[in-house]
Amino acid sequence: MTGQSKVAYQVMWNRLISVVEEQAQVLVRTAFSTSVREAGDLSAGIYNDKGKMLAQAVTGTPGHVNAMADAVGHFIRRIGRQNMFAGDVYITNDPWEGTGHKHDITVVTPVFHDGTLIGFFACTAHVTDIGGRGFGADAADVHEEGLHIPIMKFADRGEVDQTLVSIIRGNVREPDQLVGDIYALATCNEIGQCRLLDMMAEFSLPDMVGVSDFILMNSRAATLERINGHTPGSADGAMRIDGYAAPIDLKVKVSIERDRILCDWDGTSGVDKKGINVPLVYTKAYTCYALKCAIAPDIPNNAASLAPFEVTAPENSVLNALFPAPVALRHVIGHMVPDTVYDALDKLLPDLVPAEGAGCLCNFQLSIRPRTDAPAPADARRSEVLTFNSGGSGARPRLDGMNTTAFPSGVMTMPVEATEQVGPVIIWRKELRADSGGAGRQRGGLGQYMDVGVREGHEFDISAMLDRVYHPARGRRGGLAGGLTTIGRDDGVPMHGKGKQFVPHGRVVQMAFPGGAGYGAPVARERTAVRRDVALGYITGAHAQEYYGLSAAEVDDVLARSEAGEVF
Amino acid sequence: MQKKIRLGVDIGGTFTDVVLETPDSLTSKKILTTCAAPEDAIIEGMHNVCSKAGISVSAITRIIHGTTLATNALIERCGAKTALITTEGFRDVIEMRTESRFEQYDLNLTLPEPLLPRNRRYTIRERVGARGDVLRPIDRAEVEALADRLLAAGYESVAVGFLHAYANDAHERLVAEVLSEKMPDTMVSLSSEISPQMREYERFNTTITNAYIKPLMTSYLSRLRDRLAAEGADCPIFLMHSGGGVMSIENATEFPVRLVESGPAGGAIFAADIAARHGIGKSLSFDMGGTTAKICLIRNQVPETARVFEVARTYRFKKGSGMPISIPAINMVEIGAGGGSLAHVDAMNQIRVGPESAGSDPGPACYGRGGQKPAVTDADLVLGKIDPKNFAGGAILLHADKSARALNLVVGEKLDMDIAEAAWGLAEVVDENMANAARVHAVENGEDLSEYTMIAFGGAAPLHAARLCEKLGVSRCLVPAGAGVGSAIGFLLAPFSFEANRSVFMRMSAFDPVEVKRLFVDMEAEAASFVHSCDAAAEIFKDYKVYMRYAGQGWEIPVGLTATQAENPDAETFQRLFEKDYVKLFGRAVAGMEAEIVVWSVSVYTPTRKPCTVSTATTCAAPPVTGLRDLFDPGISRRVDASIIDRSAFRPGLTAPGPAVVTEDETTIIVPSSREIFNHSDGTLDIRIKKEGTP
Repeated sequence: MTGQSKVAYQVMWNRLISVVEEQAQVLVRTAFSTSVREAGDLSAGIYNDKGKMLAQAVTGTPGHVNAMADAVGHFIRRIGRQNMFAGDVYITNDPWEGTGHKHDITVVTPVFHDGTLIGFFACTAHVTDIGGRGFGADAADVHEEGLHIPIMKFADRGEVDQTLVSIIRGNVREPDQLVGDIYALATCNEIGQCRLLDMMAEFSLPDMVGVSDFILMNSRAATLERINGHTPGSADGAMRIDGYAAPIDLKVKVSIERDRILCDWDGTSGVDKKGINVPLVYTKAYTCYALKCAIAPDIPNNAASLAPFEVTAPENSVLNALFPAPVALRHVIGHMVPDTVYDALDKLLPDLVPAEGAGCLCNFQLSIRPRTDAPAPADARRSEVLTFNSGGSGARPRLDGMNTTAFPSGVMTMPVEATEQVGPVIIWRKELRADSGGAGRQRGGLGQYMDVGVREGHEFDISAMLDRVYHPARGRRGGLAGGLTTIGRDDGVPMHGKGKQFVPHGRVVQMAFPGGAGYGAPVARERTAVRRDVALGYITGAHAQEYYGLSAAEVDDVLARSEAGEVF
Repeated sequence: MQKKIRLGVDIGGTFTDVVLETPDSLTSKKILTTCAAPEDAIIEGMHNVCSKAGISVSAITRIIHGTTLATNALIERCGAKTALITTEGFRDVIEMRTESRFEQYDLNLTLPEPLLPRNRRYTIRERVGARGDVLRPIDRAEVEALADRLLAAGYESVAVGFLHAYANDAHERLVAEVLSEKMPDTMVSLSSEISPQMREYERFNTTITNAYIKPLMTSYLSRLRDRLAAEGADCPIFLMHSGGGVMSIENATEFPVRLVESGPAGGAIFAADIAARHGIGKSLSFDMGGTTAKICLIRNQVPETARVFEVARTYRFKKGSGMPISIPAINMVEIGAGGGSLAHVDAMNQIRVGPESAGSDPGPACYGRGGQKPAVTDADLVLGKIDPKNFAGGAILLHADKSARALNLVVGEKLDMDIAEAAWGLAEVVDENMANAARVHAVENGEDLSEYTMIAFGGAAPLHAARLCEKLGVSRCLVPAGAGVGSAIGFLLAPFSFEANRSVFMRMSAFDPVEVKRLFVDMEAEAASFVHSCDAAAEIFKDYKVYMRYAGQGWEIPVGLTATQAENPDAETFQRLFEKDYVKLFGRAVAGMEAEIVVWSVSVYTPTRKPCTVSTATTCAAPPVTGLRDLFDPGISRRVDASIIDRSAFRPGLTAPGPAVVTEDETTIIVPSSREIFNHSDGTLDIRIKKEGTP
């Protein structure tokens, strides 16, 4: 120990949390891809010299946050400490050593103090394009999913590797955006480093050993205290979802033991042929996230507070896919992990976890180009447009589910106006979807409608990344299922929930994203809540009559008062 | 030449503060806010200070006014019956928000309710594209039919927000035209006028906020002008705006959303002036009134500013849990913690305080106006912090027995606490709430509060400031003279200012010096004419700024220009200045990337007064003690005998040890046992940690 007081360490811990938050904000402010600058699909963190995570930005998404926790160890092993110098910047998009797919670029910067390596800053961001087939489910192996950047130096002692930059530029569809994003990642680590060195000067710290021990010891103790506050026991959970060509079963056994909680995914379906497989690092990320929300929500994320949550999955299962399995859409199944864990946890800790929700984000990417069926106008152009959207979350034991709110993902949707500035896309509709929240004493959150086309003179491929077309979110304790996903063209041509599909000139894709499930029997719902739902159009009059037993006269009365603008 | 006599007026949720400044005096008065007709308190206060100063009302040359009426209407959700008209397919923009959770680990998160419920949001078939081109024309007949429905439902105000209206306002204008024909008495707010910036959620929300408070503010401002004129004060009236400057009453009527946080903005200006006087680099302004508390970071004597801010945060003051407003503003956090904030006991047997406030009517239980619930002021009274006979300069006689009864009924009986313990609990909860808000705000700004000096003002702040310092590890707190009416004094210090903005995208490769020159000349003329309309003879300063980014980024950085650079613009200079600032902010430029200008801005303002500097010669001599008061000191968890010191007898250079209470007309300053208090030459009291060996 360096003789610092506990109070000083407490201040430093808080400072590090604010430093990484600033790191994340700098990334948002300097990034080019809308997924980063508008949607916050990123993470940022600080690590000790051993590669153990000490603090992580609040801004960010759990899949990155918890996956990146392991990444720095791989960088230390691959680069070698003896080859690390001040001014270096390292990079990778390796799905197994980064955060689960090639579209996530992870950048790591070593921090030197008086010539000694004292720690690292790392950050990850989801970029719009990395070449290959483009962001989608269709690849048969990871090589089709785009450029692979193994762990290597992006900058050596301050000098950016121009060969690497040329290779990257030559392999992707939006080279300016991607190179700009990599600079943004490097920049935010540098800002973090400046703030850290300021703090070390202020407290006259020679290294981070003392503060690191303080953070990790306290976090571990607090986490164990929470875990040991629960009765030991184990329970099984399961969920069936759409998959690509055939349904996929997720199965988990959750065991609460002394000093740890174990999640074993034995029994889960095998690796899929298409790019919806999940590297174990990402499975771990979302399993830990689900447990942390339920057991220790207020303890900051770091190596020690995550360690007591242990996760295993059989090799070559869909939740532990090995190289070279295709993994581009690992989030679709990864986002279903928490609700599967909750299916088990509900049996151990009743009255705590929500009913199932939409789960995975309702994302799609458009590859837009000038029309090919007739002469295109002179200003028609190619463009890649990615959007993130959310269905409804599951109802809670005492609260309705949240409308169109991401869970478990932590990303935001992009403003429609920002998306339409990026490329010739037109979003014609983005609004709440009535009747999609599963009925219940507590109602599931609503999904949304989205209609998407492109400007005159263009056609496009849509890469759909939707689940719950066939398997809705299931209710708890008598609550009913949420609404299913639908997707089709405005001329009536049906479409698939996953995969790249061509949309000819002039056509619009119409989608309805799923709702969350209900909690408790619908008859037990308070009448005032049902009437309010009707007045606000969250449910239609017919739905209110069928599931909640509202009379036709009551419905008419509520609708008339709603039209008069009354408050409910 | 006519002597300058200026009146500053700040309406808070509980008190209305009036300050009269003549060339050689400053006179102030605190009066209970008269909610039903807020102008009544102003008139009363104006007569009061004028007669104290011995001048006639007609001698006032200028009135500068700020108010939290707008903010309170938002927090308490008591604005007009308002409708939104928006693009078909986008009815739910303000309800779907960013589709994310502002707290990622809380399974029982509750999202804030949108300002307008879904049945008050209407759509029209129309669509403008990202370049401002019309993708789907608007049909006048459809708008007329909708206007009939809105008329039937009796809406008082209508917000219009169409997608991409910042790029083409034609459809919004058509709706305004139809509404003015069909429902001429209804007020209309267009998103293309209120906040012409990209990103629909923020723009719609800002527009709706404007519409929601417009009827209230319009009627208030016009009544105010008439009443003041009728009373003989026929001088120009100006309004403090959220950005820390002053604007005309006509502009305020059209854009009342700019009045949100206008009172607190005045407070921040006041605190910045105190910081300058005392040469303090990092200060934390803490402004606590009857309804809310405001906290603002002031670095290098300039309040932090923001282009988007959030009002009415609902979840432990967390970012994202309120409503975003995109107008230039002084960046501060505001929470529902004031003297009037009411306490209750929740299901988990925890004492909760605010945001519900007793306001001025009925007010806290101790006002004796029928209030049955205990407020923070009731707890302060029971704890000995307030003299019941001299509250707000004796404006209200307080009833300690009524405080005790309310505390016992609502808190004591439920939690099996005696009255003193209940009062202690209530005060600790509200102090902890404020300390948390300050910590969160500091973290969001990457700051460590222990390096800061607190500047406390507003009626309730001096009662709570020292305890807050103990909780935050802040070692020094200044309570300036006039602390009770700080915001109103700040109004008098605020410059006339106007910022003209244009959203014109221009890449460096398409840089057009002639067009740029024209833009600057136009904006300069607009801004200068505004400032000169306030004061034709005023000396003015100009700041030129462009907001730039690399083409493809989503967020810009401000780049300052000299007058010469604005008058003789060239692309190379602009790119160079941008990269220099970019490197300064972010450490590294992006090689080979083209920059673009997104927003252009010219700010014209009058000079601010030079602050006088302060001498801090200290003596060990203590001011006279007029008596002892039984005071509860939470830092050491027991009652102590505190010396009572009259502030008017507390001469500069003197020091008194805590525990002490320093009384003055508008507030009371509490000095706990851990601190001592010193008086500077400008009358600013300095509460600091006791030196070793002090009793």
